[in-house]
Amino acid sequence: MIRVQRSTIIDAPIAAVWEIVRDFNGHDRWHPAVAHSDLEAGRRTDQIGAVRSFTLTGGERVRERLLTLSDKDHRLRYSIVDSDVPLGKYVAEMALKPVTDGDRTFWSWSSRFEAPPGREHELTELVAEGVYEAGFAAVRARVEHSPIGRPTPGLSAPSAKPDTALNGSGIGIARYGGPEQLQPVTVRATAPGPGEVRLRQTAIGVNFIDIYCRTGYLKLMQPPGLLGMEASGVVVDVGPGVRDLQPGQRVAYACPPVGAYCSVRTIAAALVVRLPDFIDDATAAAGLLKGMSAEFLLHRVHPVQRGQTLLVYAPAGGVGRLLCQWANHLGATVIGATSTEQKARIARAAGAHHVILPGEESLEDQVLALTGGRGADVIYDAVGKDSFAHSVAALAPAGHLISFGQASGDIGSWDIGSLAAKSVTLSRPNFEHYTDTPAKVAAITERLFDAIGRRILTVEIGRRYRLSEAQQAHRALESRETTGSTILIPDAQGTDT
Amino acid sequence: MAEVYTSSVIGAPAERVWETVRDFNGLPGWHPVISESRIEGSAPPDQVGCVRAFRLSDGGFVRERLLALSDYEFSCTYSILESPMGVDNYVATLKLTPVTDGSRTFAEWSATFDCASEREAELVALIGNDVFQRGFEALKTRFGT
Repeated sequence: MIRVQRSTIIDAPIAAVWEIVRDFNGHDRWHPAVAHSDLEAGRRTDQIGAVRSFTLTGGERVRERLLTLSDKDHRLRYSIVDSDVPLGKYVAEMALKPVTDGDRTFWSWSSRFEAPPGREHELTELVAEGVYEAGFAAVRARVEHSPIGRPTPGLSAPSAKPDTALNGSGIGIARYGGPEQLQPVTVRATAPGPGEVRLRQTAIGVNFIDIYCRTGYLKLMQPPGLLGMEASGVVVDVGPGVRDLQPGQRVAYACPPVGAYCSVRTIAAALVVRLPDFIDDATAAAGLLKGMSAEFLLHRVHPVQRGQTLLVYAPAGGVGRLLCQWANHLGATVIGATSTEQKARIARAAGAHHVILPGEESLEDQVLALTGGRGADVIYDAVGKDSFAHSVAALAPAGHLISFGQASGDIGSWDIGSLAAKSVTLSRPNFEHYTDTPAKVAAITERLFDAIGRRILTVEIGRRYRLSEAQQAHRALESRETTGSTILIPDAQGTDT
Repeated sequence: MAEVYTSSVIGAPAERVWETVRDFNGLPGWHPVISESRIEGSAPPDQVGCVRAFRLSDGGFVRERLLALSDYEFSCTYSILESPMGVDNYVATLKLTPVTDGSRTFAEWSATFDCASEREAELVALIGNDVFQRGFEALKTRFGT
């Protein structure tokens, strides 16, 4: 059993501190590691037995039960019910005591838990620094008299100083709609708080999901706000508790929260990956999200085996090219389905063994003809409405249809019974669920970077636009006139970095 | 039952502060209102049950019994056997807790006692300010704040 204890002195009366920390479901309003928290089953926040269900900024989900709450002793105990972070038998106690000499507060936060072998040190540090000390710093910044707070020994203090924010430019939307909604805005990247990193971004990836965000098809962001899921750049500075990143390092990210269309950004350090030397910034912005998608589609949603036949739609597009390259390397027979001879050439160059174009024969008939009447073992379909029925028809018996997008529109409702004709396995993977913990991101990017380093994958940068030209970039992507990946370059740095 | 609670922050690790305050016979060495002290019956000062007899700087004579001493919790609990203050059932605890953020010590000194109700406010102020807080002031002078 591991014991962790941290304590501090907050220069504010005990009532002010207790008012903040007493609210068992209020930690998403003050703790920098907590993204969102809800109470389950309609319990009250001060009801013993209440369970708070919350998401950390790294994406991990945790459920905790309130065991003790004492307004007399200023004491609160809770335990983990279940958690993506492997803290076994975790019971924690938070206790405040008045420092009568100076009307201050002594705050102790401690816990006992079990950790998987080999991870004791990492998890102890996470709890002690990422949770307890980061929490101390956040409450201190709220309640101490000076706006910056008195610097405290042991915690480097570059937390949320208003005068150190970096100004930059961004592209946001005020309401859902067409490309005309993309408008320039001024952004401020605040100094990184505990567990955060501040980046000066050098390249931003444009993805079809950005269009779904812009139109409101996916509610990943609420206007007004910035768009964008991925970018690369350089670390400007890091907040307290960030150990594995340093100013000047090249990094990238591809994940929610949405908001990558900007020149400077402060983001949770856990979401950021360091870039190896052989991957430049533009390649990372062009390829990280698409490459991570290709990784989990080919290795996790359906671990592709040598000898299987794959059908890949849009094989000349960003994800499609990577799927062709990687599946070919894995020993699969790759069939691409595209619309023009020009895109067919790109698909063949990427490793598609066969390319089918719209013609007198239906897609499924062409696939069946290429496979001796059997059909494709696996189909990667991000077209959606226009392709779904053809995909089912082109599938081999007991084949796997992976629907990972709907570029042509909603697939609508399907009778599950009709899938029995092929014993179809159907997957509808969501990027978020494969990338919602730092451990998952690390595993995916390790394999992805290795594949790029070994030239199994090449990321083709199609078009570069200035960030301020994001409207044109969206119009081009929506009109399907692009090949390869589109990137945006923050304006001050020009378009030829 | 009257209660007194006084707490402070001392600018040194709890282990160092404890070395000074754990000596049940050591009050004259650090507390400004206590002039001389001895342990009755030549008992060691860390023997639970021992009695210290000391004189206040104003001449008052006090005898206190050590009820509990913990090197693990850095705490010392004692009761008054005899004093000029007019208190009954007086039990006090001095306890130190490390502050992990910056090698400091959170020090608490508390007491409960019975007394004539009209004297309660005066005694709470006397014990809290002139005994406990003055002791903390001396420790802060010695170790820093």
